[in-house]
Amino acid sequence: MSLAADTPGFLSPTGVEITFVLVGLVTFGAALVTVTTRQLVHAALWLVVALGGLAVEYLLLTAEFIAWVQVLIYVGSVVVLLLFGLMLTRAPIGRSPDADSGNRWAALAVAVASAGTLIWVVVDAFRTTWIDLDGPAAGSTKATGQSLFQNWVLPFEGLSVLLLAALVGAIVLSRKAKETDPAAGPDPAAPHSGEQGEKETR
Amino acid sequence: MTTTTLAALVPLLPFLGAAAGLLLGRTAPGFVRPLAVLPTLASLVLAAVVAVRQGGGKAIDAATELTPTGSVPIDLALHIDGFAALVAVLVGVVATCVQIYSTGYLRDDSRYPSYAALVSLFTSAMLLVVYSGDLMVLLVGWEIMGICSYFLVGHYWETPEARAASLKAFLVTKLGDVPFLIGLFALAADAGSFRITRILSTVADGGLDQPTLIALLLLAGVAGKSAQFPLHTWLPDAMAGPTPVSALIHAATMVAAGVYFVARLLPVFEASQAAMVVLAVMAAVTMTGSGLAALAQDDIKRVLAYSTIGQLGYMTGALAVADRGAAVFHLISHGAFKALLFLAAGVIIHAAGTNSLAAMSRMGGLRARVPDAFWTMTVALLALAAIPPFSGFFSKESVLGAAEQAITGHAQGVPGAAGWIVLVAGLVTALLTAAYAMRLWLLAFNGRGTEAPDHGRQPRTMTVVLWVLAVPSLAFGAFAYRVLPDWFGGGDLAPTVATSVLGTGVSLVGGIVTYAAWRHTTSPAARIPLGAVAAHPEADAAQVEAEAIASHAPAYGGVAAAPDPADPGRLLLGPLHRHAAVGFHLDGVYRALFVRPVQAAAGLVRFLDREVVDTYVRGAGALPRWLGIAVRRAQTGNVQTYVSALLAGTVVLAVAAVLFATGA
Amino acid sequence: MHLAYPAVLSALLFCTGLYGVLARRNAILVLMSVELMLNAVNLNLVAFDVWLSRAAEETLHSGQALTLFTITIAAAEIGIGLAIVLAVHRNRGTADIDRLRDTAESHDLDSPDSDALAATPSEKAEATA
Repeated sequence: MSLAADTPGFLSPTGVEITFVLVGLVTFGAALVTVTTRQLVHAALWLVVALGGLAVEYLLLTAEFIAWVQVLIYVGSVVVLLLFGLMLTRAPIGRSPDADSGNRWAALAVAVASAGTLIWVVVDAFRTTWIDLDGPAAGSTKATGQSLFQNWVLPFEGLSVLLLAALVGAIVLSRKAKETDPAAGPDPAAPHSGEQGEKETR
Repeated sequence: MTTTTLAALVPLLPFLGAAAGLLLGRTAPGFVRPLAVLPTLASLVLAAVVAVRQGGGKAIDAATELTPTGSVPIDLALHIDGFAALVAVLVGVVATCVQIYSTGYLRDDSRYPSYAALVSLFTSAMLLVVYSGDLMVLLVGWEIMGICSYFLVGHYWETPEARAASLKAFLVTKLGDVPFLIGLFALAADAGSFRITRILSTVADGGLDQPTLIALLLLAGVAGKSAQFPLHTWLPDAMAGPTPVSALIHAATMVAAGVYFVARLLPVFEASQAAMVVLAVMAAVTMTGSGLAALAQDDIKRVLAYSTIGQLGYMTGALAVADRGAAVFHLISHGAFKALLFLAAGVIIHAAGTNSLAAMSRMGGLRARVPDAFWTMTVALLALAAIPPFSGFFSKESVLGAAEQAITGHAQGVPGAAGWIVLVAGLVTALLTAAYAMRLWLLAFNGRGTEAPDHGRQPRTMTVVLWVLAVPSLAFGAFAYRVLPDWFGGGDLAPTVATSVLGTGVSLVGGIVTYAAWRHTTSPAARIPLGAVAAHPEADAAQVEAEAIASHAPAYGGVAAAPDPADPGRLLLGPLHRHAAVGFHLDGVYRALFVRPVQAAAGLVRFLDREVVDTYVRGAGALPRWLGIAVRRAQTGNVQTYVSALLAGTVVLAVAAVLFATGA
Repeated sequence: MHLAYPAVLSALLFCTGLYGVLARRNAILVLMSVELMLNAVNLNLVAFDVWLSRAAEETLHSGQALTLFTITIAAAEIGIGLAIVLAVHRNRGTADIDRLRDTAESHDLDSPDSDALAATPSEKAEATA
């Protein structure tokens, strides 16, 4: 899409766009609730909604492989890990009045300021740019796989080393804590490393 | 060896002895005494050889340029005329006697090595002053003497009197040395050289622009060094030092330097009539005032100190009537008998265990305990009182004769007023001198009361020296007044009939009046017990003396006087006694004029520093401190706060970068 | 589709995550917010990759590859992060970020420090006295 002259305007949205905006609103709303709710477990569940919404957005952008990976890893394992973490740190079920720190207003100011700046810059730069979603899917499994194993093999292998390091690191961190405090209850590292191992085999 | 080489060795040998003594003093104590005595003795021999070779003939001049200064050159120069040769011999004799005497006097003193080295250095500096033909080099010796006197007067630094006296000696002489230095520069600027010969030829040509100013500036330094009014106050206090040091300072070195300097540069002073009159007035005030003060002192050494000031007054009086021959004649004969007086006084203090005349007058048989000191001191006191035929008679008569010549107008370019002032003051002082000499002799050797303690014989080193010095005190004057005019190339030094009769008569009157007063006061003396003696009578003389000095003020209520109603001086002086005892309150005047203002200024500076300057400093420190406190408050340890600030900054920077990039 | 839609959504999500990171007290909630920020970036990457794969003739699909990498790294990060949080919780009994303030300027140091400051002028006064 090169010429700005035949770019469709914002006042005549396509169906895909309408869907994208609606799902985007849901995602954004879920994200907002995630960072504001006082119930910790609810925050994790709302995170699932937000991440799932993002997966739908990937689908709308024709990146289907990324969408499924998103569902598998984020919704399937990361959120599960977070829930484990919440439970292991004995997070209170129900409303906890001190979920937000005293830094809230400063955080709000910074967040609003950066949101304003980012949106201003992004809109100013890309308000006429158009993505053509017709034709073969840009992010089909075939296209992604070809790209990944033709052009990105070395980083991919490097990434597996990174995952191994993370695995070992998580074990070491947990074990060291166990040595200093043997009566600390069940070993929390076991489920993590299991999950990590799963991921690496992906 | 040439005479020049010998003359160069004369000041050098004691200097090397001093350096060696300071270096080896701790490691090789056995060498200290030979190192102290032998170089001084050798330099005495060399000085005698130089004097014989010079023989009163033409002055020996030798010079080598020390360093190119770019303007007025400084030369390492010798200028040996008759004056220099003879004064050097005197310095050598007295210094040798003092060194030998000190080996006995400070027999057990742990600080003897440094003491002996400083005495050697002192001697070396004086010999440098005597022989130097260049005023800058002379000044070097002059200042070395100042610092040596500081150290030696403060030898008993454990006592507060000695500490105060050494500081006072240093500061008062320095007070005179500053104008002295300026005067030297002015003189050299006018003459274009520091060489004495060049300066004297310039003066002879009338090349001085400001003779009065220069003469008065130089006179300030001379007054400080030679203890002339009004800068004489350090000398009586310097009695807090050991007796040999007093002998050295008073007889040959430090105080003689000022008189000798004026004698050398007499034409410079002669160029200004005003300076001569000032010199005469200074001499007259010094003479009479010191005579009165000497009559009221209780410390035997302070009596001698004031007598030194008076005899120096005679010398400056002789210079004021432009007769340097008479001045140096008196300098030499005075050097001999004053050294003898001090050294004998040291023996007496050791034997009596006290330095107080009041205590000695209540002590019987002291003369039998120290027969050497008694006989030699009698000789020296007769010389001091100018009784013929002792040496003091001839030298003093030469001074009075010179004054008489000035009055009668025989002397060239000398104001008659100066002659009158010197003559009258000289006669009054002769009376006073005889009086206090008589008083000293009577109180010290004719005391009645408990027997003096017996400490056995005095060390031979101390007594032999007395007899050595007694010879010139006895015979030098009669021998010298015929010979010296050849050496000095000046006028006749023989006593005239008029002044002799007048002077001797006045002296006899002084002595007889004092004797009568003493007879009158002996009866109460027996009734009123008074006296304190040293706690360690068996210790060496130096420790006895230190204890005597330290105990004088607590025992008698002051370092100078004692409340002794049997003192003939008290009877003679009457109401004046109280003022004379404290040196006519000159110290109080100085305290009001100099010490108080300086202390007030120091207090002001302290106030300014603490309250004003420090306020600014503290104020300057307060702002950074507040900033530091604020920054410290920001270090909460809360990571979220940090990240918030970091991101806020990032946003600001990003916005700024975007705005800049788009040119907005 | 306009590129502005995913880009704006991405910016909003990023700032939401930012707010969460700065405002949340519980360390695990902070980790969740970090996940939100990472996902915002992922969305951006995917959107631009799709746009570029149409606009350019030849493409490496770098956006999608990087998205995959990001997801993987995020998974590793969450594992390590949780291990750390659990260790801290075990040692200290809390996972609240604003209570972990060991790097703070301790207030005990305040008094001797000010004593030293107060002592300096008096010492100086003694020296000048």
